[in-house]
Amino acid sequence: MLIRNPNPHHPTEAEATAEGHYWNRRAIVAGMVGVGLLPSSVLSAGEEPALARLVAKRTRDAGEPATSYENVKHYNNFYEFGFGKEDPSRNAGRLRTHPWTVKVDGLVAKPGVVDIDRLTRLFPLEERVYRHRCVEAWSMVIPWTGFPLAALLKMVEPLSNARYVAFETLHDPSQMPGQRTRSLQWPYVEGLRMDEAMHPLTFMALGLYGRVLPNQNGAPLRLVVPWKYGFKSIKSIVRIRLVDRQPPTSWNLTAPDEYGFFANVNPAVDHPRWTQSRERRIGDWLPRRTLPFNGYADDVAGLYRGMNLVRNF
Amino acid sequence: MGTMTRGRSLALRWGVQVAMALPLAILVGRWLMMAGGVSPLDAGLTAEPVAETINRLGLWALRALWLALAITPLRRLTGWAWLAPWRRPLGLWAFAYGCIHLLVYFVLDQGAAFDLLWADVVKHRFILLGMATWLMLLPLALTSTRASIRRLGGRRWQALHRLVYPAGGAAAIHFILRVKGFQIEPWIYAGLLLTLLGMRMVPRRRIKV
Repeated sequence: MLIRNPNPHHPTEAEATAEGHYWNRRAIVAGMVGVGLLPSSVLSAGEEPALARLVAKRTRDAGEPATSYENVKHYNNFYEFGFGKEDPSRNAGRLRTHPWTVKVDGLVAKPGVVDIDRLTRLFPLEERVYRHRCVEAWSMVIPWTGFPLAALLKMVEPLSNARYVAFETLHDPSQMPGQRTRSLQWPYVEGLRMDEAMHPLTFMALGLYGRVLPNQNGAPLRLVVPWKYGFKSIKSIVRIRLVDRQPPTSWNLTAPDEYGFFANVNPAVDHPRWTQSRERRIGDWLPRRTLPFNGYADDVAGLYRGMNLVRNF
Repeated sequence: MGTMTRGRSLALRWGVQVAMALPLAILVGRWLMMAGGVSPLDAGLTAEPVAETINRLGLWALRALWLALAITPLRRLTGWAWLAPWRRPLGLWAFAYGCIHLLVYFVLDQGAAFDLLWADVVKHRFILLGMATWLMLLPLALTSTRASIRRLGGRRWQALHRLVYPAGGAAAIHFILRVKGFQIEPWIYAGLLLTLLGMRMVPRRRIKV
């Protein structure tokens, strides 16, 4: 079933997307409640099936323009498919997302390998409308479909010495041409502290706009951590490992003075080469002020109480 | 080999002007499409048209500057004197693209706020280098006329116009620092600049008139 969790700190539905984009009839499979009701063959077909029957939308004035589905699909950073913002939408078509398994191991009582189809049936699917802030100072508002990461972690029963969660993207240069370059150390890896990973806002997305994730947006499974810069929200995940030490993270390995482990959205701490106090919302003409923790400070600031956020950037 | 009829010379000179104006005309056309209600994506300016416009203008400023810097080494290598008149228009196009690049950045990225611009220049090397490039090209553009050569005197004018080399270097580093992580394109431009400067070390050939 689909659960909508309203949260005063989330962008409103009207802020997320224009209704016309959302109610795209071709993408709505009538009467479908979850992906579990669809055979795998439908998932790999040309049409992007809906992940769930869409809830009737209350339109409210958000005071912000929408981010369209087309923009979300065509403006991505996914270096596995090229450096340009439109490269992923051009090159990600070759990625095979079925069959797909995710290995969950490390410091857990019940390690295992989960098939993506089973994963979509394991937990109730929720829709969450989140702000997305890139470290490059552009932002979007996206309605994600998925489940809290905490639900998956609880299922594998973390051991008491598990302090961090490490994530890994697929490494397959034949499907991901960007991995033939040396722009980053492949595979792409990311990590969260255990309390961050267990936080109710931390989300595993299987879809957006009520549809299965497009390949360029991290299909079939990606992380979404809305209070952190976008590079933390690792895409096309094949492994989740619980560890006792801070795991390496790709951008931090590449440029440790520019990209920290925490990567919390912080307008007071500039990137060495550009300001982080402002951002451009895709669809806007003029920049806007960036909010601490991307507007989720009430929810997450407590995780970092007593920490120096300038040093621990 | 080094000679050229007046008609062909004129055609080539106008050809350079048209070729350099074309990217700007295309960019303006795309903005007019957006003004007419076409989405930035469909207008070919990505979902972030301001950033894309700034980037394209910057790239064309670099290309024009690199072409201007290529004239003298090419003349030395080939002995083609007819290349000489292209240097000034290419340099001026580099400055023109740089001006529009800066203007779009200032108005649409900084919201025309001088305090924000100043803060960006002071705090960020990448912006500082871009601004330094523009400031170095400014006196070169202002003194690009024959009258300026007479007024300054040939030697002083030449000394001033050697600013083009540090300007090129600053522009190349500005591009390298702009991108996230290691990307090959800015390094190709930097490599081209070093090649062009290296070619200036090649002994002069007698220019055929």
